[in-house]
Amino acid sequence: MKGNFKKPVHFMLVLVIAFSMLLAACSGNNNGGNNAQDPANNGANNGAAEENKTPQEFRFTLASEPPSLDPALMTDAQSSIVAAGLYEGLTRLNTKGEPENALAQEIITEDNQNYTIKLRQDAKWSNGDPVTAKDFEFAWKRALNPETASEYAYMLFYLENGEKYNAGEASADDVGVKATDDYTLEVKLYTPAPYFTSLLSHYTYLPVHQATVEGAADWAAEANTIVSNGPFRLTEWKHADKLVLEKNPDYYNADAINFTKVTISLVEDENTVYQMYETDKIDWIGAQAGSVPSDLIPQLVEQKKAEITAVASTYYYLFNNNKVPFNNVNVRKAFSMSIDRQALIDNVAKANQTPAFGLVPPSIAGPEGKMFREVYPDTGFSTENVEEAKALLAKGLQELGLSEFPEVTLLYNTSEGHKAIAEAAVDMWRTNLGVEVKLANQEWGTFLETRKAGQFDIARSGWGADINHPINFTYDLIYSKSGNNDGKYNNPAVDKLLDDSLVSSSAEESMAKMAEAEKIALSDDMAVLPMYYYTTVTMIKPGFEGVISDYAGHIDWVHGSKK
Amino acid sequence: MLRFIVSKFLYMLLSLFLLITATFMLMNAVPGSPLQSEKATSEAVQKNLEAYYGLDKPLIVQYGKYMNNLLHGDMGISMKKKFQSVDKMIADSFGPSLRLGISAVITAVVVGCILGIIAAMYHRKLLDNLAMIIAVIGLAIPSIVLGPLLQYTLAFKLRWFEVSGLEGPLDYVLPTIALASGPIAFIARLLRSTMIEVLNADFIKTAKSKGLSGYVIIVRHALRNSMLPVITYLGPLTAGIITGSVVIEKIFAIPGIGKYFVQSVIDRDYPLIMGITIFYAVILMVSRFLADVAYVLVDPRMRASGGKGAK
Repeated sequence: MKGNFKKPVHFMLVLVIAFSMLLAACSGNNNGGNNAQDPANNGANNGAAEENKTPQEFRFTLASEPPSLDPALMTDAQSSIVAAGLYEGLTRLNTKGEPENALAQEIITEDNQNYTIKLRQDAKWSNGDPVTAKDFEFAWKRALNPETASEYAYMLFYLENGEKYNAGEASADDVGVKATDDYTLEVKLYTPAPYFTSLLSHYTYLPVHQATVEGAADWAAEANTIVSNGPFRLTEWKHADKLVLEKNPDYYNADAINFTKVTISLVEDENTVYQMYETDKIDWIGAQAGSVPSDLIPQLVEQKKAEITAVASTYYYLFNNNKVPFNNVNVRKAFSMSIDRQALIDNVAKANQTPAFGLVPPSIAGPEGKMFREVYPDTGFSTENVEEAKALLAKGLQELGLSEFPEVTLLYNTSEGHKAIAEAAVDMWRTNLGVEVKLANQEWGTFLETRKAGQFDIARSGWGADINHPINFTYDLIYSKSGNNDGKYNNPAVDKLLDDSLVSSSAEESMAKMAEAEKIALSDDMAVLPMYYYTTVTMIKPGFEGVISDYAGHIDWVHGSKK
Repeated sequence: MLRFIVSKFLYMLLSLFLLITATFMLMNAVPGSPLQSEKATSEAVQKNLEAYYGLDKPLIVQYGKYMNNLLHGDMGISMKKKFQSVDKMIADSFGPSLRLGISAVITAVVVGCILGIIAAMYHRKLLDNLAMIIAVIGLAIPSIVLGPLLQYTLAFKLRWFEVSGLEGPLDYVLPTIALASGPIAFIARLLRSTMIEVLNADFIKTAKSKGLSGYVIIVRHALRNSMLPVITYLGPLTAGIITGSVVIEKIFAIPGIGKYFVQSVIDRDYPLIMGITIFYAVILMVSRFLADVAYVLVDPRMRASGGKGAK
């Protein structure tokens, strides 16, 4: 009987083999298609680079696809990382985070409010058209146009009447930007902005090709419809899979560009990213282009395979300044002083972050070519002192007329990392102050709404820079009317300093005022509880040079090269 | 028979309509909005965005407009991936999920059936135990564990396969195993238990006594009569697997549809949520419908009663 039953097993085996052959045939076809494409690409590639150098390819990953490659609609790191290669603006940040002229040949201003910008005349769009001042005027007004519905339009509110035009209260002609001839741009701001040349490097200020944009609203959604002017061109965009950029041979400064091909794969899982790096599928991890798995960081840093770089972002907890008990400054101070930031970094956050007592991160540029934090250190803002914290808490409660500490909740957005930090903080408050703080988490969208509505006692927050200037962390976070001041901190003295900083006669004086405002808000008032300044852990394959994490912690790959 | 099919089909349309309506309303009831961002913009910017996407209109108007567009075959454009149309996003990402899904379903059915048959034939013998141990392991290790495990050992350490991607035929092996292991175990156990029952049935004994060969008995009589539960399971299984696995696609960086399922909700990307939900619903309903029809075709008792017993 057993002998008879062996046959069906054979039959099934045959089936399996048949199916697998079928499958292999299916996939084989696909593969064939890809292979047929590759040599064509390589051919074009070699052609472009033939009189130059040997082909150099650079590969990295992004966790998700750029939501848009239309400069007016970009809002995020992924888009800006790709756009840095695809487009060229008036200025570009160098490796130190300082703006340098790019398409601008000369930027002339006497009062930091009226600018005359002369453009270089040898820049071309990828369709051969020259890049002119009119393209900038068109691009900026388009981003401000209410019908474009650009989320980052507010980056252009510095232009005179920019905000009014966006709100439908002024016409496009009123906006303070005009191309007086093909290569001259006249710009008028509503207020002096000493950091305007930095702003010009931001992606919302990039030019677009008028005929292309007017031709189709979805011009930037596919590789073959994008008209760009940067050092690279987008040759392939397989949505949700990968983007391929190739060197633009017509770029005016093509000699400074070494990579001939840049492949960006979209990979979400960080362990997969790491394994791709180790199996030589990619050349870089970190700075928003994939992240090194956190449990491997200490070991990789020790082996000198990974590097830790400061990032212009701050991790902090918001106090609800309008609600008992955190409307009392002594209670706020007690909570901040009873946190052991270094212990939290060493045991929980684990990426060698810097303990924070202020809001402006160390990688933000300051006056006279120094870093802001070098000139205005935050170390004297506050101390970590349990005994003093206890005394302050008792004093604060007495001032509030409370006999015991009320029930408060720490709200954070759902994530393992934030949870671990929140648990550690709650534990420190329990041990050091003897108070019980409840934990609550909400999914991101809900969390943002709750926090914006002020329905919290303590809420987790993080803030990154849009431009390399302390205004990002002062005006945005501690100015009473700022839409991002979710803790509703309000001190007229701070507001006045920040208002004055905008009309200061010099950049140095402006920064000094911002520094003063930050000091009052953090040292005297403890408006928020700063936890740490973010870092990013990066890894790069040997032989590559010039690929860095910029001041904001975004990969800057455009000027990289391979030995 | 025809009446049965038509009524099933009408029910399907009705459920689809209810599902679309419920999803639309629920999605709007959830706090948060596709236009919200962490950085505060200006009021004007928010208004412009709302006007652009029609979110400034009353909900019922938005619903009417959406249904109207849908009837004209327009699922709209994503609010997060600027100017990518939802139907194209679904079409592009469904390809990889479908190919991987088919590969996993076939593997699950073939291997599951083999294990099940072996186990039933060698009931309470070594091979039975072996097959069931494999099945239990398959059921016990979730794909979320098996996927990274296979990736780490076979791809990262041994370098037999690529760590990620879905380009060559070999790239299908690891995600297929990870996806199919659970269903293999389920099918094996399902088939084993029904087959053991069938093998003890009188008609099999009759067939044996008539001197038919083991092969004919198994394939023509026993297997055919044991397949019903497997076929029933096949509908939801196929739908579940080919609509993409969020986890497996993430681990192996497969540009499939699974990730949109979760990401669209996190992003509150309304048009994409609707598009994906409708797409999933249609696939699920159609596969259930086909399974029902197949059921009727396979089971002679159903055919005789005009399918009334198919409930």
